[in-house]
Amino acid sequence: MAEKEITALSALALGRMIKRGEVSAVEATRALLDKIKAEDGAYNSYICVMEEEAMKRAKEVQRGIEAGAYADSPLAGVPMGIKDNICTKGVPTTCASKILQSFRPPYNASVVEKLEAAGAVMVGKTNMDEFAMGSTTETSFFGPTKNPRNISRVPGGSSGGSAAAVAAGEAFYALGSDTGGSIRQPSSYCGVVGMKPTYGTVSRYGLIAYGSSLDQIGPITKNVSDCAAVLEMISGYDKKDSTSVKDASLDYCYTKALTEDVKGLRIGIPRSYFGEGLDPDVKETVQKAAKVLEAEGAVLEEFDMEMVDYAIPAYYVIASAEASSNLSRFDGVKYGYRTPEFSGLQDVYRKSRSEGFGREVKRRMMIGAFVLSSGYYDAYYNKALRIKACIKKSFDEAFARYDVILGPAAPTTAPELGKSLDDPVKMYLGDIYTVSVNLAGLPGICLPCGTDRAGLPVGLQLIGNAFSEKTLIRAAYTYEQAAASGGGR
Amino acid sequence: MRITDETIEYVAALAKLELSGAEKEKAREDLGNILSYIDTMNEIETDDVEPMSHVFPIKNVFREDIVENGPDRENLLSNAPEQQDGCYVVPQTVE
Repeated sequence: MAEKEITALSALALGRMIKRGEVSAVEATRALLDKIKAEDGAYNSYICVMEEEAMKRAKEVQRGIEAGAYADSPLAGVPMGIKDNICTKGVPTTCASKILQSFRPPYNASVVEKLEAAGAVMVGKTNMDEFAMGSTTETSFFGPTKNPRNISRVPGGSSGGSAAAVAAGEAFYALGSDTGGSIRQPSSYCGVVGMKPTYGTVSRYGLIAYGSSLDQIGPITKNVSDCAAVLEMISGYDKKDSTSVKDASLDYCYTKALTEDVKGLRIGIPRSYFGEGLDPDVKETVQKAAKVLEAEGAVLEEFDMEMVDYAIPAYYVIASAEASSNLSRFDGVKYGYRTPEFSGLQDVYRKSRSEGFGREVKRRMMIGAFVLSSGYYDAYYNKALRIKACIKKSFDEAFARYDVILGPAAPTTAPELGKSLDDPVKMYLGDIYTVSVNLAGLPGICLPCGTDRAGLPVGLQLIGNAFSEKTLIRAAYTYEQAAASGGGR
Repeated sequence: MRITDETIEYVAALAKLELSGAEKEKAREDLGNILSYIDTMNEIETDDVEPMSHVFPIKNVFREDIVENGPDRENLLSNAPEQQDGCYVVPQTVE
């Protein structure tokens, strides 16, 4: 099989061929590395590619498969990429920041352990906005990633490297993290599938924290089936993450939900998700996608959910507050960058941090320090936590009537490079359809549903009640199959 | 909201950051704009709403006080910018 044909395969299709002995894990890894070498110069999806290690690992997994191991792992031997804020033992994990440029974690994140146990082959660490703070992957210390669908556009962020790598065929799948939309929005911009699971579904152990109460790791894939398969591998209770959910009724068998059946599925469409600020092409494309689901038997109904308009300010208060606390660990002493010249310990802290962090990270740490400072704590931080309670209540009310909420993932398609960072408030407004999901801890999936007039991908977002990943996967799979067979396009 | 130079200096000190003159000016403008936007939260009356830190009923997680990880000093120190005799090196802090 030619390398070009291999890299065009989905993760599950490649996994099946590896199991049948039609392609080896070594050939697949070689093909992917060659593609990255030839093409990633144009996209900058990866911060670091581990060629030697990946080839060694592929050989080891291939031997295992031939010896009958990994029988229950459909993605054994399939090469993939991991966002660079997820710790990989001995492999640089930089958070796309100067301050962690030389950091090699002494341990693996729990998701990495799970992937290794399932025979995954990591080829590299993907680019991102510095410390996952941004919506464009332009705040990376290692330079911006470019959108493979159109290299004059951003890939979205913060998991822009993961989304771009999957879209470019430089990874069969990738892991991202989503604090306010960082998996769903780049998936929308790059035309791939991305899912943010219910808070507590995937262990955060080894994910370098941004907003701990909001962060979740999730899959970015070429299609919905791959998404279910990857989620199945990485989910589950982990005692190393005290917010990991322990619930015996959860079976995490998401691939079982890959069925075409939305008959009677109640889909709520918030009117405010289709109001002011939404690009008309995005609006029309997402509405068409809703009609496809309706034609498959789902019941659509519009409803009002005004409270989500206040999700962005509440999100930026809460996420920044948690970031200012989480990022205080970077002090130039235990790991990371230390300023070369200093006088005294306080000077080590201040200078190492000022030289090591980029502009957006500093901005958010300062917002966080402000909203937590005495005199402002109640007016900002506690107020945001009250708004969060109101948002949770609106979702509870909505899910009493609907199984799924449908909308866009972002108000526009991918913007041009270099146009977003100067006006932070405007950039934050782009998170309008995604942040409320994080505040309420809910699962959300984004999948491609067409293109705008410039040919840029548009994403369809489906939001579910807590732990209803299977309902989302079933609805997303039904849409994907119907659209592929010509429905609505 | 109007942000004064004193506020910026105070917030930078809390965040352990040192800002240049130009950075301070930009931070003052950005923080002012962002906080004005954040103030839209006040359009919602929330006096009867309890602040919610976790969406699910998460309780503190206790475990037996048993050490599970072995000594790993060398490995942990390998990332330190400066180390000596199994310790992190920092500038002298006590006379």
